Amino acid sequence: MKRLRIDIRRKEGLSDPEGVATLRALHDLGYAEVDEVHFGRMIYLDLPDGGAAETGKRVEEMCRRLLANPVIENWTVETVE
Amino acid sequence: MSGSEPAHRQLGMTDDEYDSVVEILGREPRPAELAMYSVMWSEHCSYKSSRAWLGRFPTEAPWVVVGPGENAGVVDLGDGWLAALRIESHNHPSFVEPYQGAATGVGGILRDVFTMGARPVAVWDPLRFGPLSVARNRYLLSGVVSGIAGYGNAVGVPTLGGELEFADCYSANPLVNVMALGLLKREQLVLRAASGDGNVAVLLGSSTGRDGIGGASILASASFDEESGAKRPSVQVGDPFEEKKLIEACLELYQRGLVVGIQDLGAAGISCATSESAAGGGMGMDVDLDAVHLRELDMTPGEILMSESQERMLAIVKPGDLDDVLALAEKWEIAASAIGHVNPSKQLRVFHHGELVAEVPAASLSDDAPLYRRPAARPSYLDRVWQVDEPLPAGVDMGDTLLHLLADPALGDPSWIYEQYDHQLFLNTVVGPGNDGSLMRIKGTRKGLAVSTDGNALLCYLDPRRGSARLVYEAALNVAVTGARPYAVVDNLNFGNPEKPDVMWQFLETVEGMAEACEVLGVPVIGGNVSFYNETDGEDIYPSPVVGMLGFCDPMPESPPRLDRAEAGMEVWLIGPEDHDDFAASAYTRVILGHRRGRPLAPDPAMAVAVIDAAATLASTVPVLHDVSSGGVAVALAEICIESDVGVELANGDWRCLLSESPHRFLAVVPPGGLPDLGDVPARRIGTMGGDFIDFDRHGDVTVARAATAWRNALRGQFG
Amino acid sequence: MRVAVVMFPGTNCEHDVAYALAELGAEPELVWHRETDLDGFDGVVLPGGFAHGDYLRTGAIARFSPVMGAVERHAAAGTPVLGICNGFQILCEAGLLPGAMVANRDLRFICRPVHLRVESTDSMLTRAARVGQVLRLPLNSYEGNYIAPAADLVRLESQGRVMLRYCDAAGVADEATNPNGSTNSIAGIANEQGNVAALMPHPERAAEEVLGSVDGRVILESFVASMVREPAPA
Repeated sequence: MKRLRIDIRRKEGLSDPEGVATLRALHDLGYAEVDEVHFGRMIYLDLPDGGAAETGKRVEEMCRRLLANPVIENWTVETVE
Repeated sequence: MSGSEPAHRQLGMTDDEYDSVVEILGREPRPAELAMYSVMWSEHCSYKSSRAWLGRFPTEAPWVVVGPGENAGVVDLGDGWLAALRIESHNHPSFVEPYQGAATGVGGILRDVFTMGARPVAVWDPLRFGPLSVARNRYLLSGVVSGIAGYGNAVGVPTLGGELEFADCYSANPLVNVMALGLLKREQLVLRAASGDGNVAVLLGSSTGRDGIGGASILASASFDEESGAKRPSVQVGDPFEEKKLIEACLELYQRGLVVGIQDLGAAGISCATSESAAGGGMGMDVDLDAVHLRELDMTPGEILMSESQERMLAIVKPGDLDDVLALAEKWEIAASAIGHVNPSKQLRVFHHGELVAEVPAASLSDDAPLYRRPAARPSYLDRVWQVDEPLPAGVDMGDTLLHLLADPALGDPSWIYEQYDHQLFLNTVVGPGNDGSLMRIKGTRKGLAVSTDGNALLCYLDPRRGSARLVYEAALNVAVTGARPYAVVDNLNFGNPEKPDVMWQFLETVEGMAEACEVLGVPVIGGNVSFYNETDGEDIYPSPVVGMLGFCDPMPESPPRLDRAEAGMEVWLIGPEDHDDFAASAYTRVILGHRRGRPLAPDPAMAVAVIDAAATLASTVPVLHDVSSGGVAVALAEICIESDVGVELANGDWRCLLSESPHRFLAVVPPGGLPDLGDVPARRIGTMGGDFIDFDRHGDVTVARAATAWRNALRGQFG
Repeated sequence: MRVAVVMFPGTNCEHDVAYALAELGAEPELVWHRETDLDGFDGVVLPGGFAHGDYLRTGAIARFSPVMGAVERHAAAGTPVLGICNGFQILCEAGLLPGAMVANRDLRFICRPVHLRVESTDSMLTRAARVGQVLRLPLNSYEGNYIAPAADLVRLESQGRVMLRYCDAAGVADEATNPNGSTNSIAGIANEQGNVAALMPHPERAAEEVLGSVDGRVILESFVASMVREPAPA
């Protein structure tokens, strides 16, 4: 079995209200050194071993169709040890 | 867990309670049996410290269909319509994890209502916190409100109102009470009793996991101390989406007549649901834990039985209907498992991996629960707090005083809270949050339901009997000013440690005060909740009873009174008894004088009845009615001026009449000559609407605009 | 005029929408999300709520429900398709409208009346209204903050497809009067054809005097009137 981690983030330049609110909160607490905060989401998929290329293609489809919203999000896929 | 402590003590049971179990079973209990008794006999589940006295409440009236004892009280509204009402507390979990504590509190109360066959149509949230000057209290309030919003909005039940009180004693023991109302037609009414030999017990909803293991027994039945942080894993996590599906599935089950009885799973989970439904029908049940759909596969039988995983119901189904029930569950995408069978044995027998792990008389888990008549003794603090040495000043600057009062978070604009709650879903809300009582219509009829939740813990601390009676009268007045007659009560009794005679005395006085007032009004108590052990490091909360009052009218006023309908030129009348100085527990004393002493006046039952009646009658014809409570006439008037955006000019009078908080009074704002004769009910004209000022004559004035700013920022300003 | 009011698990405004449409003389029918055939309906509404719990992203799972194929066919054929609140979110995820909804700027539920300015009457959402008209409707959402890639926004604005903008009682739309941070104060939009449109506030909650406002009627009337004027193609 292998585990993939999909890291989903909002595209640059688009509004990230959670990020803005969190930055403000950090600054209020005295962490003025933080420049920006961006929120993302991580989704873990457990899949059978083997067939890396085919799996890779299908996972890309999963991301594009459901797991992420390609209109406003980018994503990366990594294997977790 | 200490290795040397006997198992029963680790589960929160006393030695005597353990011995009782041994006596009932005729032997030492098996681990799973001990687990069941420990949760079912916890304070939260068994009411062992309060049950002996709750019978004092008047519970009967011709319109009561189901009184205390079932999951919710039910009253008859005529023409086949019934209303279900229930109130619950989720105090301890909300201190540990405010969002989920409050969210699961909402979930639990909704289940109590829809388990009766009713669609939940509204929720109210009376809340109590420590002062907002302390950051942690802001965190708790914010988390609790988010939790109620997050769960209530998502599950699709509007929140129509609530109340807010602040005191130091709640810093470590916030109070989160939630009340729910459901509507149903008579033929949909379902009770919990499992009857019918051979019927199947079907577990519906979320999978069972380790949520809240021992939540009832550990959290709600014990006080907090330094180790409370370690209790965090016991908190239940709610899933409003699952609950929504469950509501729709259950309503369809009822509509199709597919259940014989149904019980929701709350505190003590499967132990409670199976034993209570079996016992309710005078039957027994065999339960197979292997059939329970689990989230974690390695749970012990005790854990499965005690789990408080949310969003689960236990339906009793005829064998011939089982396939239909499973298909219906599949349609609604909820899990369903047939986990047991009803039989005449009167025993609850539980199997796990083929072994009998528990066998107890089904009724003993609730019926044989300990019954404690704990000692009560009048507390010594009373004489001290009734002593007020400082005389009231000869005069005050009313403008300045009013601004200070309006800026107090307990008196200020609560919209920061209720604008997080959907209050309009189902299109029934006629008078929503921000008014004295909520008013809802029933589509297709002219019937109206009004609800108010009322508490004043400081008042009850100063005199529990007078205070709690006055709460009943106030709640009745709050529904009367929307045009409804007081119809039924549910009560949430929040107290400290019952093992202390002081607290027990407060409890008994409260029960007596409330019972008397309900008897005077002829209003039955159809249910309630008791929350004890709201105590941290030896400090108890004030006695904090909350009255949930249901009012009923048929027909509803065509144009119910609201606070924003005052206009320049209208007359302002004060209706109710001649002012008696009552500054005990008043906002003026608390906020301006800075102390919490005094003895509240006793209520006047005959006057209360007359005034409530007058309000309900006036509500059909006058544009503005407003109960006078916290902050007295001054604050009540200011609220009308702010909502209507028009000032008022008051006639000359004693400043104390403006700030005293004596009971049984309300304001009416009417077009000139518009106040009908009220017979013997005292009424006097105190002013005229108009201008830009709230003008207290020789006592000073303030602009409506400045008052509005102070009022609007009182709570909002604390949260940025 | 038969209107399909689509229900997903977690939808909760379906009865309110059906009630409001019935009061206006339409014939609403509740349709479960597993239904794949919407033939014979003259209009479709995706009402408010929390379809599929709003899990993953609001509307993300609902867009794949079996019924959406039929909804998409209706959209392509010119049938009026109305999205309210959660419905707006679902239509965006389904690609029937551009952009997406994210969390309100202040990260809290907003449940209160807001003012909207009618920007255009060139869609089934607003054809019975007047340009510049200010409506007062209830907003009830946590994720009502509209965002879209720059190119989509430019297209939306230049093609005049923004139907409603948040404003104050005087019709002023700016940052101060924007309740949730929505880009360009956008509250309601339409597709190029003008038959698919959506708004975040709830018109069905402002369609009866006793409930406090009837400003929502003009939105629902526009929708119902569009069904009469554009019969479903053969």
